Parts: sequence; C-alpha cells; structure tokens
Amino acid sequence: MRIAVCIALLTAMAGAALATEIPLVQRRSGYSFMSPDSKVMQDEDTANPGMLSVLDGEALWTRKAGTANMACADCHNDASASMKGVAAHYPAFDKALQKPVDLEGRINLCRTNHQQASPFAYESRELLALTAYVARQSRGMPITAGDDPELAPFVEHGHALFMQRQGQLNLGCTNCHDDNWDKKLAGSAITQGQPTGYPLYRLEWQALGSLQRRLRACITGIRAQAYDYGSPELVELELYLMTRARGMPVETPAVRP
Amino acid sequence: LFAACWPANAEELRPYTVAGDAIPASLTGTKGDVARGRALIVERSSTCILCHSGPFPEQAFQGDLAPNLAGSGSRWSEGQLRLRLVDASHLNAATIMPSYYRVDGLARVGTSWRGKPILSAEQIEDIVAYLVTLRN
Ligand code: HEC
Ligand code: HEC
Ligand code: HEC
Repeated sequence: MRIAVCIALLTAMAGAALATEIPLVQRRSGYSFMSPDSKVMQDEDTANPGMLSVLDGEALWTRKAGTANMACADCHNDASASMKGVAAHYPAFDKALQKPVDLEGRINLCRTNHQQASPFAYESRELLALTAYVARQSRGMPITAGDDPELAPFVEHGHALFMQRQGQLNLGCTNCHDDNWDKKLAGSAITQGQPTGYPLYRLEWQALGSLQRRLRACITGIRAQAYDYGSPELVELELYLMTRARGMPVETPAVRP
Repeated sequence: LFAACWPANAEELRPYTVAGDAIPASLTGTKGDVARGRALIVERSSTCILCHSGPFPEQAFQGDLAPNLAGSGSRWSEGQLRLRLVDASHLNAATIMPSYYRVDGLARVGTSWRGKPILSAEQIEDIVAYLVTLRN
C-alpha cells in the first residue's frame, strides 16, 4: 500500500515535469519516424502520390471560374513567385473577419470574394489540390506562422485546446504529442504531431488529406466529439501547431504511414 | 458487439465502495471469467494494448506507454486492480490511463460514447479475474 502511494506520487510528479513544450533542437517531423521506404516515397516526386494532387492544383490555378470568370493566375500570376512562403505563415489573421483563416479558408475566400464562385467543400479534390499546389511553393522554407500580434489570443486558445483533456478516454493532445512522442501506441510510433507536411498523402487513407482531417481523426480516436471542418477550434489548433513547429521546414506534399 | 451489455446511461452504473486504494467487492457480485478477460484485453476496442504490452505473444502490435501487464497479479491485489480499472485517476490524478467505469467529469465525449463507461461492470470483472492470474 505504501509502495502504491509512492509510485502514484512519483508518476504524478513525472507527469507534471513532462508536460512542457518540446525544445527547438528536439523538434522532429513525422518524416523522421518513418521507414526508409516511406521516406523515399516522400522524397522522390515521381514516387510521391501527393504530387498528382499538386499537378491537379497547377491545372486548377489557371482555370477560370465563377461569375468573375477569373483564374487564380489572373490575379496571382506565377505561383512559384507569388505563393512562395505563403503556406509557411498560415493560418494568418484576416482583418475583415477579425480571426485567423487557414490556407484552405483563404483559398475559399478568394473563390467567394474574388472569383464570385461557390466555396469548395472541405476535403474536396479541388480544395486539396489547390492547397497542395500553393503549399508546395513553400517546400523547404521555415515555418513562421503566428508573427502577427493580432493572432496572440487565438494561438493561446489553440494551446488551451491542445492541453485540454477530452473524450471518453480523457486524453489531451499534449499527453501523446508532448509527453510520449518517443513511444509506441499499439505498435505505431507516436510522433510530435508536427503540422509540417499538409496536405499530405497518408497510406492509411490511400488519399491526400488536410491537417483538419488528421486533427479530427485524433479527436475521434480519444472518443471526443470532433469539431466541424472549418470550425474556429480546428483553425486555432492548426495555428497553435504551426507556432509550435516554428522554424521547421514545410514538407508539402508529405507522405505518412 | 458488446453494445448490448453496456449500460445505456449513467444511472445504470453500479455503486461501489473504495476502501483505501482498492475496491474489495466485485462490481457484479460474482467472479469474472478469466478467458473472456484475456480475450477482452487484447481486443482493440478495450484499448488496453494501445498503451500496455503483456504476455500476448500472438499480438504483433502492443503499446509501450505503460507498464507491462505481466506480473500484475503479484504486484496488486484483486481489489487494487479493480480500482485501477474503474478509476485510475483516483490513485494518480495525472495518469493517462482512462477511467473505465466512470461517466462524469469528462469533457466533450462523442455522441456515440456519451453517458456510457468504456467497459461494462461484467467486462471489468472479467479483466480483473484475468489480471490476478498474471503472477511471476
Ligand atoms: C480577382 C483577384 C483574385 C483571384 C481571382 C484570386 N485571388 Fe487570391 N488573393 C487576391 C487578393 C486581393 C488577396 C489578398 C487578400 C484579400 O484581400 O482577399 C489574395 C490572397 C490570396 C492568398 C493569400 C496570400 C497571402 O500572402 O496571404 C492565397 C493563398 C490566394 N489568394 C490563393 C488564391 C487561389 C488558389 C485562387 C484561385 C482559386 C485565387 N487566390 C484567386 C485576389 C485574387
Ligand atoms: C492517444 C494518443 C493521441 C492523442 C491524445 C492525440 N494524438 Fe495526434 N496522433 C497520434 C498518433 C498515433 C498519430 C499518427 C502518427 C503519425 O503518423 O504522425 C497522430 C498524428 C497526429 C498528427 C500528424 C503528424 C504528422 O506527421 O503528420 C497531428 C498534427 C496530430 N496528431 C495532432 C493532434 C492533436 C492536435 C491532438 C488533440 C486534439 C492529438 N493529436 C491527439 C496519437 C494521438
Ligand atoms: C492511455 C494509456 C493507457 C490505457 C489505454 C490503459 N492503461 Fe493501464 N496504465 C497506464 C499507465 C501510464 C499506468 C502506470 C500507472 C499510472 O500512470 O497510473 C498504467 C497502469 C496499469 C496497471 C498497473 C500496472 C502495474 O503493475 O504497475 C494495470 C494493471 C493496468 N494499467 C491495466 C490496464 C488495463 C487492463 C487496461 C485496459 C482495460 C489499461 N490498463 C488501459 C496507461 C494506460
């Protein structure tokens, strides 16, 4: 009995000491946890299934759409110049909406405001393709999201959501991705939950998917109610994850198991 | 599969008494079934081997977030194991081990799980019956 109490106290102390952010030098992308085969798949454009979406997005970039009958390219010209570095600082603060929007949200704002077209559904082929194409222009660039001081309260809220225990399993993101990222959950590596590669091709999905899709999967995994696509909570979580990954290179389109 | 024997809501949780660091009495009033307990532990839906490993050589995928379950029956009494399963946070507020027989104090539980404990009283007793046999 005395031993049981001691063990309980020790684990409680260890738990408290561990619940801190990962120091800069120890930040590791999900890439570094992968098998050599999966790494090659991400590294070689000809083997990377995500590149099909990027090409799809390249085609959509120049396609006229909406009542305005304008293509993305009509305003933004050459994406390799105009979109370079953009994904690295998203989600960004939108002055008109007074809240952060993620890359998918921004593209849909251009759809509605500038092309006068209907927004693409979340996880639709088109939205994933355009997002992958835009984010591809930042590949290798360091993440800088969260600089805008107007974002501060939203980053803070995203952080609170990351720490919060929830669901029937009563776990917070931090319990796995801060405290146990060097461990295995039923045999599969728990990573640091870094958002560096999105949209990315997940072998388990056999498809490209957004960061929000991944977050909803983790939330459902702990048997909590998943937030709706596009909800403020998911954007705030994305924003916090991007500030947490500050300095790490963008990998889009990445590959994950 | 087990939905039929799960309590439908909070009211149906059976009362239990904590004595020290244990729940001495069976939740169902009867002894659990050892074989069913083992089968449950290795089943994905019980979530145990997401975090734990144990003497389950046929299971390729086991977790390493938690102690190996081998020897649990030597380290803990039946009643201690029961409390550990019912509500591990009672013993260690910071634990990541879920409370398997609790429906209150949880945030944002998904609709399909709301108001239900993770395991039924019968399932808890089956698992406890199995764990006490793990002696080394
Ligand atoms: C008629 C002009 C126009 C069209 C067409 C247009 N955009 Fe935009 N885009 C803008 C403007 C203006 C902004 C600056 C934000 C704002 O005022 O909406 C912008 C901002 C962006 C940004 C964020 C850039 C940054 O640095 O934050 C992205 C990404 C983007 N657009 C992508 C697209 C995509 C993809 C399409 C096609 C689906 C598209 N845009 C179509 C005018 C346009
Ligand atoms: C019980 C453990 C657990 C919890 C709790 C959890 N996750 Fe995960 N998460 C995982 C596992 C396992 C993976 C898959 C490993 C991988 O491929 O990165 C994953 C993957 C991720 C990824 C993808 C990383 C990549 O490299 O693409 C992100 C981002 C992520 N989680 C964020 C979160 C957030 C945010 C929360 C809370 C809302 C959360 N997770 C809760 C276990 C968990
Ligand atoms: C999310 C992780 C997680 C899950 C799922 C989990 N446990 Fe645990 N368990 C732990 C941790 C961590 C400990 C170590 C003590 C603590 O933190 O309270 C533990 C401790 C134990 C112990 C005491 C081990 C010892 O000898 O010290 C037993 C027995 C146990 N768990 C059984 C189970 C069973 C049976 C299940 C499934 C019904 C289960 N656990 C599910 C994380 C988990």
